[in-house]
Amino acid sequence: MSEVSIYWLQQVLNALQLSSIYALIALGYSMVYGILTMINFAHGDVFMVGAFLCFLAATLLDLPFVPTLLLTMTGAALLGVLIERLAYKPLRNAPRVSAIITALGVGLFLENLTLAFYPYPQNVPTLIENVNWNLGGVSLSSLQLIIISLSLTLMLVLDYVVQRTPVGMAMRAISWDKTYVPLMGVPVDLIISITFAIGAALAGAAGTMYALAYPVIDPYMGIMVGWKAFIAAVVGGIGNMRGAMIGAFILGGVEIMVVAVLPSTYRDLVVFSLLLALIVIRPHGILGQPRVQKV
Amino acid sequence: MNNRLSLFLKLPVLAAMIALAGCDPNAHNADTIKVGAIVELTGDMPAVGASSRNAAQLAVAEINGAGGIDIGGKTYKVELLIEDNAAKPDQSAAAANKLITQDEVVAIVGPNASLGAIPAAEIAEANQTLLVTPWSTNPKTTLNTTTGTPKKYVFRACFTDPFEGRVLARFIIDKLEAKTAAVLYDVASEAPKSQAELFRQTFEQLGGKVVAFEAYTTGDRDFSAQLTKIRSAKPDVLFLPSYYNDVGLISQQARRQGFDKTLIGSDAWSSPELIKLANGAVEGAYFANHYAADSATPAARAFIAAYRQKYGKTPYDVAALTYDAMGLLFAALKAAPAPERQAVRDAMASISGYPGVTGEIRFTPGSGDPVKSAVIMQVKGDQFSWVMNAAP
Amino acid sequence: MRATLGVFWDRLMEQRWLLPLLVAVGLALAFAIPQFRLVNNYVQLVMILAGINIILATSLNLVNGYMGEFSLAHAGFMAVGAYTSVLLTLHVFPVAAYPGLFHLAVLAGGLVTALLGLLVAIPSFKVRGDYLAIITLAFLMIVKSALENIDVIGGPRGISGIPRLTTLPLVFCWTVALVWLLRNFVYSSFGRGVLAIREDEIASELMSVDTKRVKVLAFMLSAFCAGIAGALFAHLLQFISPRVFDIVKTTEILIMVYLGGIASIGGSIIGATLYTILLEVLRPSTVAGLLSWLPAVVFDPLNEHFIRHLGVLRMIIMPLLLVLVMLYWPHGIMGMRDFRGIIPLRDRLAHRTATPRGATGHGAADSH
Repeated sequence: MSEVSIYWLQQVLNALQLSSIYALIALGYSMVYGILTMINFAHGDVFMVGAFLCFLAATLLDLPFVPTLLLTMTGAALLGVLIERLAYKPLRNAPRVSAIITALGVGLFLENLTLAFYPYPQNVPTLIENVNWNLGGVSLSSLQLIIISLSLTLMLVLDYVVQRTPVGMAMRAISWDKTYVPLMGVPVDLIISITFAIGAALAGAAGTMYALAYPVIDPYMGIMVGWKAFIAAVVGGIGNMRGAMIGAFILGGVEIMVVAVLPSTYRDLVVFSLLLALIVIRPHGILGQPRVQKV
Repeated sequence: MNNRLSLFLKLPVLAAMIALAGCDPNAHNADTIKVGAIVELTGDMPAVGASSRNAAQLAVAEINGAGGIDIGGKTYKVELLIEDNAAKPDQSAAAANKLITQDEVVAIVGPNASLGAIPAAEIAEANQTLLVTPWSTNPKTTLNTTTGTPKKYVFRACFTDPFEGRVLARFIIDKLEAKTAAVLYDVASEAPKSQAELFRQTFEQLGGKVVAFEAYTTGDRDFSAQLTKIRSAKPDVLFLPSYYNDVGLISQQARRQGFDKTLIGSDAWSSPELIKLANGAVEGAYFANHYAADSATPAARAFIAAYRQKYGKTPYDVAALTYDAMGLLFAALKAAPAPERQAVRDAMASISGYPGVTGEIRFTPGSGDPVKSAVIMQVKGDQFSWVMNAAP
Repeated sequence: MRATLGVFWDRLMEQRWLLPLLVAVGLALAFAIPQFRLVNNYVQLVMILAGINIILATSLNLVNGYMGEFSLAHAGFMAVGAYTSVLLTLHVFPVAAYPGLFHLAVLAGGLVTALLGLLVAIPSFKVRGDYLAIITLAFLMIVKSALENIDVIGGPRGISGIPRLTTLPLVFCWTVALVWLLRNFVYSSFGRGVLAIREDEIASELMSVDTKRVKVLAFMLSAFCAGIAGALFAHLLQFISPRVFDIVKTTEILIMVYLGGIASIGGSIIGATLYTILLEVLRPSTVAGLLSWLPAVVFDPLNEHFIRHLGVLRMIIMPLLLVLVMLYWPHGIMGMRDFRGIIPLRDRLAHRTATPRGATGHGAADSH
């Protein structure tokens, strides 16, 4: 394999790893938006809490990888449901903007609460021994492989749940028409809580994987990642789960490829310009349906 | 809610403003001098701020315990006012403003990181107040941005980046016998950027070749793209002049990608947190530093013992330099005829040989930069160990 | 007794000379305070910051509150105003010789930013709601990133050594002027158009509201004010860098707006002032100073366990307070209502406020 193609293949792998993590978070945004038309701005911080839960599990409880992952996902899911019940449910009939600002407030609260406990960045101990394989010059690390495959698995499971189970059907029904679904005997509040739980669990898993890939964690790590995942969800068509995944892969891919070619300071500039162009060209996102506005 | 209730809300606000206006939180006590300290207690490098604050408090406790400072025949106690700049330039500027105009300190010690020290120094210079930075190595801190001439009121207790770049470049070429180097630096931060550029200049002057010069921005976590580029350029060493929190991430990612060359660091590496955060990835790496804890001078040993006793940890360079900065300040205060800003500044400028914990500090006339030596350290296990001294 | 006071108060509020009198008193104070050192420099700094924040909050309220959009670009507008004015004062205008040129620089900052506002308004013709939010977010990031990449203006490390030209009287004048401008815009026929767009864009288009023109004007005015605020801010802090104008800054301004109340000029003034003061007052050194008169037996444990940790505690308490405010006052403290002095007499008599009867302010932010 030539030098050039080795280099590019390496970057593709880097991009896949980053994108997988973005995708898990973007899915949470899309799910909540689909069901409540609400942007859950605290989602990025749920991701951050997931990373810290992973840190706690690994240092205090000395758990290996799989129990840590399960613990993080459960903890994050509980946090998601708690936030939903305490902060979002009372505002379900209030103007949307107040829910958004409440979400921002919850996010700030989570960040600073974590900061109070951990003013210093922390290092997450290695839970998976990394093995580097050399395939014709391309260095593939086992960690990369695990992250990519685990994310894909979770996404497939989610897809199955949403498309093939009654709970998923209820979620899709609510996102289409919230008014009439309760009349069909669907426990709307329960389904909404389940949606938040699943979205948060995915964010928690993303937090664990991020903590393994980039082991130095701090309370503000969720801010930029959260905003970028949100953009990815919108680019793919917010409310659409496959769209969220596609958007995340575009975002991750562009981020890595830009740095591969240009000096890294141009990264944000190019990424956001491209995203801007994409939205202006296709305002409803790639897989989004333009909602017809009835007058 | 009607207009009356909204008035009810406005009243406490008004009251708070009046209270703020009326009270003077730090009522002037005739026998105390106020010294301000700006440190990075929150933000990207809390270890730096905490250690600096500890050393400053130790110095103040010692001098007050010995009875205070004798200025112009009168004895004063020292009161230390600590402000947090959260390792951000705008908060540094605000903190400097507050200390100078509201608290009316006689001098300021800090900030440590250049990104905060440079704006704070501008404000100190504009307000003709003495500022001594313990750790900022960027040349811009003591220079006027528009004219390029040295500032009159800003001094530092450490050496500067040009010197550090020369020391490291010479070390790599002479001792490590490396011919090529790669550089990865934070373009959004003053110290790493200037160190990277000065290193490249000096390294190439001495005959080396910089084969990769990559940048990232503060807050980045994924360096895989830059590291891949660096790896394919096949350098002998990788120069990483970043702060300890970034080094932890970068070094781990580099090792994971299979990059096994020696890492070289700047004095920004000096926090012991680095070893924890790097999880073994910086084992064997070399970096430049201001002093070594296992060094010989009696003054240093006394300081290390006192610090260990009070805080339970071994002080590293930020603490030692802050202690020296405070010591310089006290020496200047002692030599000044009165506790006034101008007098203290003039006394500082005429310090000819202060025996600091980090070595002898001497200011050349017209410059706030001292002439000092550096040390090279190596990461061995969970310690930093001294390798050699590098004189100017 | 209470009734008499109430009647007296209401009558007082009705007087037409009240507001101009308050402004005149404020102006006199604004000049007197620095001149005679009535309060110390730090409090003056807080006052100036409050003024700048008022400008930012009211101008964002125009787009987010009155027009019902969700714009995240405000910090980007601030940045453009700041950088433009700084480049002018540092490199083009000889401000040392002619300090009056500073006003020109500030104005220039505002005008350049207004042009950028025009750019942001264009996507808003086709796109609303969350997609517009993303576009404005992208704008913010692009501005920040572009500034980081232009090394001539300091790049990511910013520009330091900016002369301190912002003074209390200057900020007071600009604040009064811009709030007056915004208020007149809101109660003009363009303002009617803005409210109409919020309630139902398609219906307003049908009712001959030129939505494109109204949107352009609203965005440009909002951006102009933000640019002026940015210019004043830069010459106060004496240092700017792209990081100062990031999403966190926008979030702060958003909080000021939504806390104070959407679609309310008085609300933005309250929100901005409250936020600025709380942030400054809740510092360990300030609270310690304020409470230093307490007897040591009460003060010392309070200091040890509470005050010293205020630096971290306040950032936990403030978001919680915000959430609580949102839960009980979803529109903010003064949402959709305003002080009597601000609403023009003819609107008051016709019971015209920012809330058309029966509307709940959902507007287009809910539909797609």
